[in-house]
Amino acid sequence: MKNKIEGFFRPLTALKYLLKKPATIRVPFEPKMPSDNYRGIHSNDLEMCIGCGNCAKICPTEAIRMVEQDVEPKPGATNLRPEVDYGRCSSCGLCVDVCPTGSLKLSAEYVKVSPRREDFVFVPDESNYKGKGYKSNVNYSLLKLDRIDFVEERPHLKRNKDFLWEILGFKEVRARLEASRCMGCGICVQNCPAEMDIPEYLDAIRKCKDEEALKIFYKTNPLPQICGTVCTHKCEENCVLGIRGDPIEIRYEKGFAASTIEDYRKVIIPEIKENGKRIAIIGGGASGLAAAYYLRLEGFTVNIFDAYPKLGGMMRYGIPRYRLPADTIDKEVNFILSLGVKVKKNTKVGKDIEFEKLLKDYDAVYLATGFHKGISMGIPGEDANGVLEAVKMLRDINSGKKIKIGKKVIIVGGGDVAMDASRTALRLGAHKVIIMYRRREVDMPAREDERKDAKKEGVKIMPQALPIEVIKRRNKIVGVKYVKTKMVDQGPGKRPKPVPIEEKIYEMECDMLIQAIGQSPDYSLLPEKIKKKLEIERKRIPVDKYGMTKIKGLFAGGDIYNRRGDIVSAIRDAKRAVRGIKKYLKVS
Amino acid sequence: MKGFEYFIGPQHLGIPGNFGIIVNVDGDTIVKARANPGYLHRAFEKLMERRLYLSNVSVVCRICVFDPDPQEAAYCMAVEEIAKIEVPERAKWIRTMILEFARISSHLIYLGSLTSALGLYTVMQWALTDRDYILDLLEMITGGRVYHIFMQPGGVRRDLPEGFKEKAKKVLDSLKSRLSDYYNLIFDNNIFVHRTRGVGVLDPEWALSMGVTGPNLRACGYKIDVRKDDPYLAYPELDFEVPVLEDCDMYDRAMLRMKEIEQSIRILEQILDRIPDGSVWKPVPNPINWEVPKGESFVRVESARGEVAYYMVSDGEDKPYRVNVRGPSITHGILVLEKVLEGQRLADISPIVFSLDVCAPSIDR
Repeated sequence: MKNKIEGFFRPLTALKYLLKKPATIRVPFEPKMPSDNYRGIHSNDLEMCIGCGNCAKICPTEAIRMVEQDVEPKPGATNLRPEVDYGRCSSCGLCVDVCPTGSLKLSAEYVKVSPRREDFVFVPDESNYKGKGYKSNVNYSLLKLDRIDFVEERPHLKRNKDFLWEILGFKEVRARLEASRCMGCGICVQNCPAEMDIPEYLDAIRKCKDEEALKIFYKTNPLPQICGTVCTHKCEENCVLGIRGDPIEIRYEKGFAASTIEDYRKVIIPEIKENGKRIAIIGGGASGLAAAYYLRLEGFTVNIFDAYPKLGGMMRYGIPRYRLPADTIDKEVNFILSLGVKVKKNTKVGKDIEFEKLLKDYDAVYLATGFHKGISMGIPGEDANGVLEAVKMLRDINSGKKIKIGKKVIIVGGGDVAMDASRTALRLGAHKVIIMYRRREVDMPAREDERKDAKKEGVKIMPQALPIEVIKRRNKIVGVKYVKTKMVDQGPGKRPKPVPIEEKIYEMECDMLIQAIGQSPDYSLLPEKIKKKLEIERKRIPVDKYGMTKIKGLFAGGDIYNRRGDIVSAIRDAKRAVRGIKKYLKVS
Repeated sequence: MKGFEYFIGPQHLGIPGNFGIIVNVDGDTIVKARANPGYLHRAFEKLMERRLYLSNVSVVCRICVFDPDPQEAAYCMAVEEIAKIEVPERAKWIRTMILEFARISSHLIYLGSLTSALGLYTVMQWALTDRDYILDLLEMITGGRVYHIFMQPGGVRRDLPEGFKEKAKKVLDSLKSRLSDYYNLIFDNNIFVHRTRGVGVLDPEWALSMGVTGPNLRACGYKIDVRKDDPYLAYPELDFEVPVLEDCDMYDRAMLRMKEIEQSIRILEQILDRIPDGSVWKPVPNPINWEVPKGESFVRVESARGEVAYYMVSDGEDKPYRVNVRGPSITHGILVLEKVLEGQRLADISPIVFSLDVCAPSIDR
């Protein structure tokens, strides 16, 4: 400071601000506009929100609680919605950054006035949101949205020549990383018929605890490696990461963890207390084996009757070996048998042993015979040589029979069996394989990955074509006459119906036609009297919530009950029947 | 003991936050002063042991209300050191920018509160206005005004918004044009000089031995600044000076902060011109189950009030095993304050507390 006089006058320069427009007091009043990404009061699109609870999990102050709403949960969602306590919320916005749907936002509203304390705890909706605020952004999301591929597949054009497993192996480190993407919300469990505890086993896999993972598998699913290879993996459709990224490959995670353990018997050592009750299981497929496993754990004496020389049912005789290797089936079937399950192979009930005798001799019977018969199209000329049924063809190949394949093969149908048949035909040496389907390609019931694999391997798909006649010469197929169809809308919520266009009839040469338009059960084992009592509806046997049919002591499950016709659903039915059998026989 | 015992605080206008001083006076001369903290203990270090690594960022910023960003930066750097995460260049520069804005905003509050304790309320209003413009900028980047919760292990949460550079330059220009007014009103002001020269003097050697850091130490003639001594983030690439003053009194402490504001403006202008392009976040593993590998780290950051240091231990779980925060205020607000107040006048208590830039929540944590 120079001197005291200067020190007196210098501060007075501040007086110049008297003449300037005030910066703090704005007259007339101008409201303060928050910035575009202001973090204010929450806003949540309740329709879009799936109630996964990730927001509640990451909240540092436990301000978010998931509360049940009075709505019917949509598929892939729960009826929980976040409730925010503004006495705790720190407006950090982590909840926004882990929201898988992007429904949760922080609006630019920051004023909330109420004399009542309860008003500051509420389920936010979109009423606050006016376009501004802190929004979820995929580029900065805390979710791990990108898949970490850990499955080494054989190249499509190499694997279509043989029946070796299409997967070379799993990369361990990457598999663990992929498992670590799981947020643990458990929405996937909803879609798993077997209700496997997916987040728990993914966590075990992430921590390299494969043995623990196997124990978790066996709580709900006694065929983990089979399911981990060929399951329809509906769980992945529900994975919340799939909404804006790639879902976790839950199926192969399971396959990977199970494949790391050579001998299950060293890991799973159940204590079995015999209860003296005897159960007969008809059919040694997925459902029969699962029922045998869980019944055995409860101490029942279990007898499986199977018509084929080896156990496994459709898993062994329907699914081609390039999708599910035989040693995988053997490993898991043998483990179940090692618990003391008795088996009668090559035994056809109704022929080798009377069905009624089983009902009488055993305390309860579980019927799980599956759909082993094909359906024929019912068109002229289908009795010609070279017209096959897909189920029978696959069964023959899987049991080691040789089949002479045609050069140009047409498969009729659009389900998984059609894909299996077409890819098998390629492997048997067919030059050209065409799938003919009466609806559009998007309507195919076959899973998308199966369809993609088939196409990559060289199968052609011909949608909206309906065969109407098999052209034969000297009782041998030489071609097929087909008609193009158009899709006619059937109103909202209904599948469009394919309607043939009369004038568009064409012919196509071929020397083999495989029908894969569906399967049907073989109920010839049941006596007529029982068949009547069961009230079979559209090929399937109705059961109550415990899996019991209209006949006391007879339980049913698997393909003969459920419409999904996959392995996990068969396991679900088996578990239900086990609960039913326990209740019926009053075993606690 | 002769004289009176006064309880100044925890509810007192002349005290920064819920913090008290118990003084014994003889006449109006302080004979003995005792700090009376503990009203703001929220157990942050313990809270951090129960929260996920990513969630903790919203906890640490609350350790110092007016200067939260160095806490965030130090926490993130500690996690990054254990987890060996390389932060992208752009993120480093954005962090540096936020830290410097935070320094200016904290120093403005300092000038305002110190002068208002001496009756110069105009400066408080000016300082809060200028700080508000800076908060507007920070709000524009981060979405929050006071607590930004914007840094996270691996980088920062969002990129700079459009139009930010222009707006920031405008704010810096207006602030630069106002600096002479601050000099005129504060440092050339007879009253201010009279009240602060030779008051609240720290013994330099004693200050160093007590662990005084930051501007308070630099006003004692030591050129010690973590930004230069142990460079972090983008500081090694920036050109700036560390101002040092010799007189150790309140006047120099205030003046030093004024000079630091000038240096921060210089740094910010460089950053705005030279900020590199690229990503702003190196993605960390899934936050819900991110298990940081075993290890420990010690990082230091120069906050506006002194050195902020974090010592963190991870035992390989998804939450830190232990986080120890070393803030400047516990030294400045207890040991130094008690010593400095002795022999001072009762009326100087508030200015001296403010001149040491004590942050009450940082004392208690």
